[in-house]
Amino acid sequence: MIDKIARTVAEALEGIEDGSTVLVSGFGEAGVPNVLVEGLIEQGARDLVLVNNNAGVGRHGIAALLAAGRVRKMVCSFPRSVGSVVFPELYAAGKIELEVVPQGTLSERIRAGGAGLGGFFTPTGVGTQVADGKEVRRIDGRDYVLELPIRGDVALVKGHVADRFGNLTYRKAARNFGPSMAMAGRRTIAEVYEIRNGDGLDPERIVTPGIFVDAVVKVER
Amino acid sequence: MAEPLTRPQIAWRIAQDIPDGAYVNLGIGMPEMVADHLPDGREVMLHSENGILGLGPSPAEGEEDWDLINAGKKPVTLVPGGAYFHHTDSFAIVRGGHLDLCVLGAYQVSAHGDLANWSTGDESRLPGIGGAMDLAMGANGIFVMMELCTRKGAPKILENCTYPLTGQRCVDRIYSDYAVIDIADDGPVVREMIDGIDFAALQGKAEARLRLAEDWRTLAAPDL
Repeated sequence: MIDKIARTVAEALEGIEDGSTVLVSGFGEAGVPNVLVEGLIEQGARDLVLVNNNAGVGRHGIAALLAAGRVRKMVCSFPRSVGSVVFPELYAAGKIELEVVPQGTLSERIRAGGAGLGGFFTPTGVGTQVADGKEVRRIDGRDYVLELPIRGDVALVKGHVADRFGNLTYRKAARNFGPSMAMAGRRTIAEVYEIRNGDGLDPERIVTPGIFVDAVVKVER
Repeated sequence: MAEPLTRPQIAWRIAQDIPDGAYVNLGIGMPEMVADHLPDGREVMLHSENGILGLGPSPAEGEEDWDLINAGKKPVTLVPGGAYFHHTDSFAIVRGGHLDLCVLGAYQVSAHGDLANWSTGDESRLPGIGGAMDLAMGANGIFVMMELCTRKGAPKILENCTYPLTGQRCVDRIYSDYAVIDIADDGPVVREMIDGIDFAALQGKAEARLRLAEDWRTLAAPDL
């Protein structure tokens, strides 16, 4: 029988190793699995590479994990959002590495990782610093830059409703990076507000099919 | 002598050029003001990079839904016909040439339409790109909304950008406080300028050589 429901956050996060690349869904505050991210502090993994669109807001969630000194490198598109205080301090002090990636390229690199691709050619960044040192190829008269896939040892995503099969729905714009990251995690863990019993979710409404998901854990709103 | 346009007036002027039925992305910051000035009777679908088509106005106080935010991370609403989708699809919309127009702010624009709007090259400042590079290269039409000069009076339309580029040869048109300027194959062409400035004075506000269109018109906007 398939049962991906984890009883506790600790159970869901078991086995995450030091040095892991961790994909974390969310855009700004919407769709960030704060309970799982903060659970990593207790879980203890260090030397992490964190992939998220931003780099934490306030002192909770991603910012709390950063403040706990668990992250070696941040991969994101925009680290200086309003209310981002922890990351700028660590960066100014030279305590964390940063890789800035154009937002669409970041998302597509993650999707490529989950889709088993060796990369893709994108027009984004051609003729800018972003293309420095990368292969540029002219295809049908237009220049494109080669971008490589990102895979996560772990993906932490925030869904809305799940079932025991790991199928997920999302809520409004909190969907953002969830579907691509769920595909790209070698181990994908979802926090959700509701777990539907019985035969599971309406197949017409499922956004992330359970094959991409290893564990789901219910959290309070 | 006519005053230069205010930011709301530049936003109003841009809004007049957005056709009914267009799919449009308004960049974070100043370009967001364009949404407030779309003429009645035009149905325009606004795209937000984080995964929304059909952005509506800000919600009333107390009605905010923090799962429904725009690319600037402010709470928004959804209009009828709107849709949610995930980030990778959202950027397929951007890069795939599905957006009719994108309005972006700029630090600098070059004579051949290069755009610099993400970095001043100041190494002490935390870098951040966001969706700007994808939008610059992806949308079918790129409108820039900016003042012609910086607060210190330095021109922003240059022969070549000195700041790191966001995109090459991507800008189609600049809407500014003094003029509306197309980036043509042979460089910037002034389509409209405000009353009370002559072409020589306007040229003084740009480093790149401007050309005045033969059929240029007066740039005017209502008091806002």
